[in-house]
Amino acid sequence: MGVLQDANRKQIAGRRRLDFALHLLFVAATSVGVVVLMALLVDILIDGASRLQPDLFNQYPSRRASQAGMKSAIVGSLYMLVIMAPLSFVLGVGAAIYLEEYAPKNRLTRLIQLNISTLAGVPSIVYGILGLAIFVRAMQLDRSLLAGALTMTLLVLPIIIVSSQEAIRAVPRSRREASFALGANKWQTVARAVLPSAFPGILTGVILAMSRAIGETAPLVMIGAMTYVAFLPNDLLDSFTVMPIQIYNWIARPQAEFRELAAAGIVVLLAVLLLMNFAAILLRNKYNKKV
Amino acid sequence: MLNRQMSKGILMLAMAMLLVFAAACGNGGSGGETGNAPAESANGAQENGGSKPAEEEAKLSGDIVIDGSSTVYPLTEAAAEEFNKEHPDVRVTVGVSGTGGGFEKFAAGEIAIADASRPIKDEEAQKAKDGGVDFIELSVAYDGLSVVINKENDWVDHLTVEELNKIFAAGSTVKTWADVREGFPAEPITLFSPGADSGTYDYFNEAILDKKGIRNDDLISFSEDDNTLVQGVAGNKGGIGYFGFAYFEENADKLKVVPIEAGNGPVEPTLETIKDGSYSPLSRPLYIYVNKAELERPEVKAFVQYYIDNIGSMAAEVGYVPLPDEQYAKEAAKIEG
Repeated sequence: MGVLQDANRKQIAGRRRLDFALHLLFVAATSVGVVVLMALLVDILIDGASRLQPDLFNQYPSRRASQAGMKSAIVGSLYMLVIMAPLSFVLGVGAAIYLEEYAPKNRLTRLIQLNISTLAGVPSIVYGILGLAIFVRAMQLDRSLLAGALTMTLLVLPIIIVSSQEAIRAVPRSRREASFALGANKWQTVARAVLPSAFPGILTGVILAMSRAIGETAPLVMIGAMTYVAFLPNDLLDSFTVMPIQIYNWIARPQAEFRELAAAGIVVLLAVLLLMNFAAILLRNKYNKKV
Repeated sequence: MLNRQMSKGILMLAMAMLLVFAAACGNGGSGGETGNAPAESANGAQENGGSKPAEEEAKLSGDIVIDGSSTVYPLTEAAAEEFNKEHPDVRVTVGVSGTGGGFEKFAAGEIAIADASRPIKDEEAQKAKDGGVDFIELSVAYDGLSVVINKENDWVDHLTVEELNKIFAAGSTVKTWADVREGFPAEPITLFSPGADSGTYDYFNEAILDKKGIRNDDLISFSEDDNTLVQGVAGNKGGIGYFGFAYFEENADKLKVVPIEAGNGPVEPTLETIKDGSYSPLSRPLYIYVNKAELERPEVKAFVQYYIDNIGSMAAEVGYVPLPDEQYAKEAAKIEG
């Protein structure tokens, strides 16, 4: 009896030790990411702090680091977001609704589904090549803001579709059934029962996809976004530049002062991203309460 | 109800962005996407006003699209920046898709001027011809490709072109410095080179490697970012690399430059030796290629003239070496011819 109890106790102690060890491991796993990220942020803030001045927002690119700013890049990035957001929202959520609610469950649908999931993982430069062929050359939009925004829309569409589908799928079946039971047709059910409850999830997906787009460089360089732009785009067909391109250009310059500018640019980019993610959280909380 | 919710969501999204936008660029950009050109340009004229009275020259406007080498970019940027101060309504844009990428767009007639860190290749010229693009070539400045080694490397006082070839060329068997020249220590060698797409590599390949191509094994690293090459050489005692003079000049405290011997005694790259041509064969001219049809446009012609007339005084500031004055005069004559 006593022996058995001892064995039990040992076993339990052993499990506790294992539990504790795994606990430590997971804490370590979490902190590696956080610590590295913090170190990066602090490093960039230190490098860029001296350049975070009005000039950065008011000046156009210059060969002199002391006079250079990223006005055209900031405005270019934001214009692109403003064009891209509604486009990718309508197309992406529309496709997700079709695939989840309307599409027959057959081989074709599964094929489309597989394609979309694959596209979500395709390297962004491939979208750049696609954009160059379709928008810049075939549709003759040239190296314009519109061509850039359309290319980026293509890039984020699969992500938005997949995340919206997840959100729609997570709506309990009982909601749909209740709606049908009250005599609502498909669209009424989708519009009034499914989407409101899926909306926070959809919105989070959209904003995260936008955050990805704002940090992309490769596809835009591919379609011919510019590096030196000393004016703000007046219409959709004007050429443009975006923040990551400007930052990369500064990093690659030989003079060390440009690297400080690049750090300041990164801080601005991060601030925009943070704002967008913050908006995503706010919106999600708002709609979570309502439904 | 949903529709209202959704549209509200979109509205909030748009508002959030607008907020960011407004916060980001204080006074600028209020014109919006469909903004009005006259107001914008009037604004620009005001900002840059005073540099030249408007009556003196016809007011130029229009777009000039330039693309190509990232090496030439700082020069073109400098020219565009100063040109814009005199002609605020001419919208000059400069991209950096590389010398090769630039020529491709140039041949397709998509850009007015191509920046190039090497002369146009025959097949590229043929492509341009096929695309109906007639062009002129203008050299704008010199760059001295600098071969650099680690600060702690105390055994190399100079290298010959043959030795460079031996180190870098495809099929090279050099593994330590002892393999380079008798008397060098058996310190392992690490090589750093710009990527094969860059004009810098092309030039090195032609001047040093006899177009045989560069070795590609585990002793060599490639990067499109010259600052990465700087760090590589600075961090490896047996490191050797090459890149534009500006990158050496800015990092002279971290690196040692290698004088190159090509038959007339070792020559170190300096502003003088690059300018007078004695730093050979690694001093190279940088070019702009101008589409002749575009040159008919007064704003393009004015810009190109401005470029050639003024780049000499701005080249040193961005790390390049101006051409001799008589060379600029020759280039200017090409614009007229």
